Amino acid sequence: MVAETTSVEKLKRSIDRRRYMDRIFYILFLLSTLVSTAALIIIFATLGLESFGFFAHVSIVEFLTSTKWTVLFAEKHFGVLPLLNATILTSLIAIAVAAPLGVMIALFLSEYASANTRSVVKPLVETLAGIPTVVYGYFALYFVTPNLLKPLWEGLQLHNALAVGLMIGVLIIPIVASISDDAMAAVPADLRLAAYAVGSRKSDVALRVVLPAALSGVSASIILAFARAMGETMIAAIAGGFRSILTFNIGESMQTMTAYIAQVATGDAPHGTIEYQSLFAVGLFLLVITAVLNYIGIRVVRRWAIKY
Amino acid sequence: MAIESYNQLLRDYVELGKEEMADISGPEVVRVENLRVDYGGKTAIDGINISFKRNNITAIIGPSGCGKSTLLRSINRMNDLIPGAKVTGKVYFNGIDIYSRDVDPVFIRSRIGMVFQRPNPFPFSIFDNVAFGLRVNGFKLSKSELYEKVKDALVKAALWDEVKDRLDKHAYSLSGGQQQRLCIARALAVDPEVLLLDEPTVSLDPISTARIESLLRSIKDEYTIIIVTHNMLQAARVSDYTAVMMPDENMVGRIIEFGETRQIFTNPRDKRTEDYISGRIG
Ligand SMILES: Nc1ncnc2c1ncn2[C@@H]1O[C@H](COP(=O)(O)OP(=O)(O)OP(=O)(O)O)[C@@H](O)[C@H]1O
Ligand SMILES: [Mg+2]
Repeated sequence: MVAETTSVEKLKRSIDRRRYMDRIFYILFLLSTLVSTAALIIIFATLGLESFGFFAHVSIVEFLTSTKWTVLFAEKHFGVLPLLNATILTSLIAIAVAAPLGVMIALFLSEYASANTRSVVKPLVETLAGIPTVVYGYFALYFVTPNLLKPLWEGLQLHNALAVGLMIGVLIIPIVASISDDAMAAVPADLRLAAYAVGSRKSDVALRVVLPAALSGVSASIILAFARAMGETMIAAIAGGFRSILTFNIGESMQTMTAYIAQVATGDAPHGTIEYQSLFAVGLFLLVITAVLNYIGIRVVRRWAIKY
Repeated sequence: MAIESYNQLLRDYVELGKEEMADISGPEVVRVENLRVDYGGKTAIDGINISFKRNNITAIIGPSGCGKSTLLRSINRMNDLIPGAKVTGKVYFNGIDIYSRDVDPVFIRSRIGMVFQRPNPFPFSIFDNVAFGLRVNGFKLSKSELYEKVKDALVKAALWDEVKDRLDKHAYSLSGGQQQRLCIARALAVDPEVLLLDEPTVSLDPISTARIESLLRSIKDEYTIIIVTHNMLQAARVSDYTAVMMPDENMVGRIIEFGETRQIFTNPRDKRTEDYISGRIG
């Protein structure tokens, strides 16, 4: 009788303990999630608050439509367009490099590579995203521009958008390749067999079945990579220069939004000045754009995920 | 021989058309001799000898795992796509050994089509699904010729009336049975000589199954059909010839009996066939 009670007691304690542990894990996981969510909220709030000060001085209309950005000069203009233009141009060049290469790498990995080749090549490609971006920056400035581009383009400036875009392109190849590869892996093997069974070659299967079937995943990868390109700072700051002039000549120096932020943040703009506040306004603007792109990208990924 | 390769030879045959080919090979379209297939060193089927007659439906029946799909895949070289699969022995298609070195498996598959167990339409429109094979095989067709071919295939697959007003709709908007008929249309569109079907109705309801069985009967005058089925009644209903497969004591699949369907079902020679058909095995 006594033995029985203790064993019941034991069981009860063990159940209680497990229930308790369950609770602790739940709280731990919840807290971790809350911290990252809180970080996002704080970032938005800070940017919003400081931008508020900025927009008290500058009208949103001027910010969005003026073609001059001369915040650091005596005669100040507050048009973000030159910075936005530089950001979009470099990102477009980057995506022009990364989208085709990334998609072809994904097709190679998912359709052609053997398991062995794949296990070597995939980490290798992903390493591209792991290289410190400062390395890409000086590589663009000291190698790509003088040795690769200058011989082909006489009028190229030392700092230029082209080299920046190309290097960001290399940096974001893994984003396109990796997400596209996942999307292609999700294409059912059945469809490949069906294609072979009507006389397809491997390239037909890759280009006419797998690529279209994975298209929403591939598009999402490109959108997410574009958002990443817009946020890239180091390469733009080092190889793009600090010239905030609205130009469409990609051979010229031009300052992206991120490079501007880096310039001001590493300088000594005193707290509370308009220079200081402009940094947050630009940051907020960039964050909103990339957040929208990310949102679209994730939506597209989700749509592809439920298709099969 | 002036022709350098079987590959070229096969291409020439296509241009000759079906009548001339019949002269070459008689009523036998596919002949399998001493076929053996191993997967990673383990023998799945062995000692397979069978031939398939033009414009007939042959059913392959037998318990699960006896190698029916393996045999079917050997006939259009789909086994090439399975890593570790090794095929020995001969498979002749119109008198040509399809495993000889110069034969292009892609070409074989465009002449010997295949329909799978689970409907597997592409995530494209109904039209693009059927047109797919015509496009990859590089047929130079005008828009209207393409449309006619697609229509023709859909008519043969008994799907045309249901989809003619919505050819541009997504294939996934069709029911399972319709999707399977779409897959049959996709296979027929490239105008193969032989159609292989691997348990094509196993995932379908009885009405869809009956539709597919009747469409197979209706197209058999133009094709040679080989159908794997678990369903004895289906074999009895649709086929002219039946092959019964069974694993031997080493679990290697073999054909234990082959003959006219009527004979197999009414007067089987092998005791195991009788047991299998009456439901005592499998
Ligand atoms: N891709 C493969 N890799 C390795 N072994 C395989 C493969 N496909 C089939 N096998 C093996 O070959 C044997 C025959 O399989 P197969 O699929 O041809 O049988 P089946 O008669 O079609 O069976 P079911 O009626 O269940 O479809 C089985 O032992 C199976 O395990
Ligand atoms: Mg099978």
